[in-house]
Amino acid sequence: MLSKKTKKICTAAALVALAAVIVCVGQFTKSTSMLRTVFQLGAIYALLAVSMNLCNGFTGLFSLGQAGFMTLGAYTYAVLTIPSASRAGVYYLYGVAPWLEKLELPIPAALLAAGLVAALFAYLIGLPVLRLKSDYLAIATLGFAEVVRIVTASSPLNRVTNGSLGLTMIPGFKSYYGIFAVVIGCIAVIVLLINSTYGRAFKAIRDDEIAAEAMGINLSKHKQMSFVISSFFAAIGGALMAMYMGAISSTTFTIAVTYFILLIVVIGGMGSVTGSILSALLVIASREWWLRFLDQPLYFGTFRVPLLKTGFRMVIFSVILMVVVLFFRKGIMGEREFSWDAIYGFFKKLGSKKKTEVQAK
Amino acid sequence: MSEAVRNVLKVENATMQFGGVVAVDNLNLEVNEGEIVSLIGPNGAGKTTAFNVITGVYAPSNGRVYFNGECIVENYPRGKMKKLYKGEHAGEYTHSIEPTPDRITQMGMARTFQNIRLWKSQTVLDNVLMAKHMRRTSNLFSATFRLNKKEEQRQHDEAMELLRVVGLENVKDELATSLPYGKQRRLEIARALATEPKLLLLDEPAAGMNPQETQELTQFIGEIRENFHMTVLLIEHHMDLVMDISDRIYVLDFGKLIASGVPAEIQNNARVIDAYLGVANDAEN
Repeated sequence: MLSKKTKKICTAAALVALAAVIVCVGQFTKSTSMLRTVFQLGAIYALLAVSMNLCNGFTGLFSLGQAGFMTLGAYTYAVLTIPSASRAGVYYLYGVAPWLEKLELPIPAALLAAGLVAALFAYLIGLPVLRLKSDYLAIATLGFAEVVRIVTASSPLNRVTNGSLGLTMIPGFKSYYGIFAVVIGCIAVIVLLINSTYGRAFKAIRDDEIAAEAMGINLSKHKQMSFVISSFFAAIGGALMAMYMGAISSTTFTIAVTYFILLIVVIGGMGSVTGSILSALLVIASREWWLRFLDQPLYFGTFRVPLLKTGFRMVIFSVILMVVVLFFRKGIMGEREFSWDAIYGFFKKLGSKKKTEVQAK
Repeated sequence: MSEAVRNVLKVENATMQFGGVVAVDNLNLEVNEGEIVSLIGPNGAGKTTAFNVITGVYAPSNGRVYFNGECIVENYPRGKMKKLYKGEHAGEYTHSIEPTPDRITQMGMARTFQNIRLWKSQTVLDNVLMAKHMRRTSNLFSATFRLNKKEEQRQHDEAMELLRVVGLENVKDELATSLPYGKQRRLEIARALATEPKLLLLDEPAAGMNPQETQELTQFIGEIRENFHMTVLLIEHHMDLVMDISDRIYVLDFGKLIASGVPAEIQNNARVIDAYLGVANDAEN
């Protein structure tokens, strides 16, 4: 066991190191660098995974509506922030709704609005849907996500969402650090929530709903709370994604995106925030970067390695995922959080093992 | 008993019918302040169903439940049940009050379960802390941004105090499920006490315990009554425990109340011996 003070110092050092890495990447790499992509995209997916974990991992509500809330967030953000000068160009086919023409909110306000819109929708659909359990809840939320996706592309909304053409010219943060600031802020709030008395109530519901209700925890209220908050942050994640890509359409956030986030959550461990963050970085890094070489043809002398061609990366990626799910069913972290005691214990065990080996010789 | 006997719990003409099966038939039951009352009967007599009616898990088909003199549950045969209803007192009640279990716990009733239902992945301390959530005063915002430090500290202190009283202080950081069976039972009772109830409902607290553990539990329930001025209603099959600590006993058979009274009366009641005590009573003598 380490003392509290040592732990605090270690945590501070780790945070400084993390900040240093982010700053180094920001300062010393070109804007096209793969490291930048991985960090930025990883951060966004980390937020999405943590927000999904709040609902699925900590409250035990198996919701698959993530993509729907991301769509809501991304579209709200985009509609509110596209510069009025470029609106005519973006809406060239259908024209722009009159109330939108002059509208141009600052980024933080638009992000907040994105979250609130999704939270409102989550509240409304939560009323009927959260009565359902496990698979049924998953199917209902999945359906909701699909409805949102199709409605955004439908013609009555053409003058707002630009129909199936999608929205472009979405402004983002000028600075490379903006996304990190938002993500870190949001995750900090979620962590604070999870460790508060409300977070304990969520975990009680996850562990045993009947016992939770018998101990005076209002099930519908707390489930609703968790669902709405999770959707709020999912929408902010969606807005960040819109910002990062600069252009969105109704096909940007398909069901596959939800599955991808679910996968990150499962690999990281249901019910572990640090697990989600870690796995978001790892999964994004391997999908975008480390496995890239599999897409290019590879020659040993004149021998061309078979199978290696565009798309093969995703095959290997899937195989790795299958292995993870088969052999590390609880994910990297399980339900635990990162702790210095665990790391200390690990090295101590390693040390004592070596010692006994030496003695044996 | 003092003269000013106060009714904590009163079940009035409660009938619980599932489809055509009458699980609890016209149950009348009273628990006074400071009493330990037992509900006994053979398996399938409807004891746990009665508990579930009292704690809001089921709405009764007909009848009322009073808590501290206030009517908290009331129902009458409605819908399909209107035709199916086979119990008595039909048409006597006209309102439908069906609070959810959490509302009932908030009014001051806390229960334990026949098959232990602790929050498995949590530590002993967290199990008690989670039950403290109900009596919070902080809202979502103040709790998230730690503006409720005082309350958080108070909850923590109270939980520790509870664990000390039930003798689980030294295992507070262990996982709830890693405790031996007897201690898990104790923890479940401590968790129920954390909701600050006036009435404690224990569903077979001694199930699966050996004689020595049962003895300890008997003592423990007595202590709880003393220390917390608690009123207790319990379901139990261990007759030693029941006869030892009960002030009064109710006996159920096939959903019907067949006897009630002080332990000595029950032990000598021919109907009870016939329906339930039977050979066990002979062995005791």
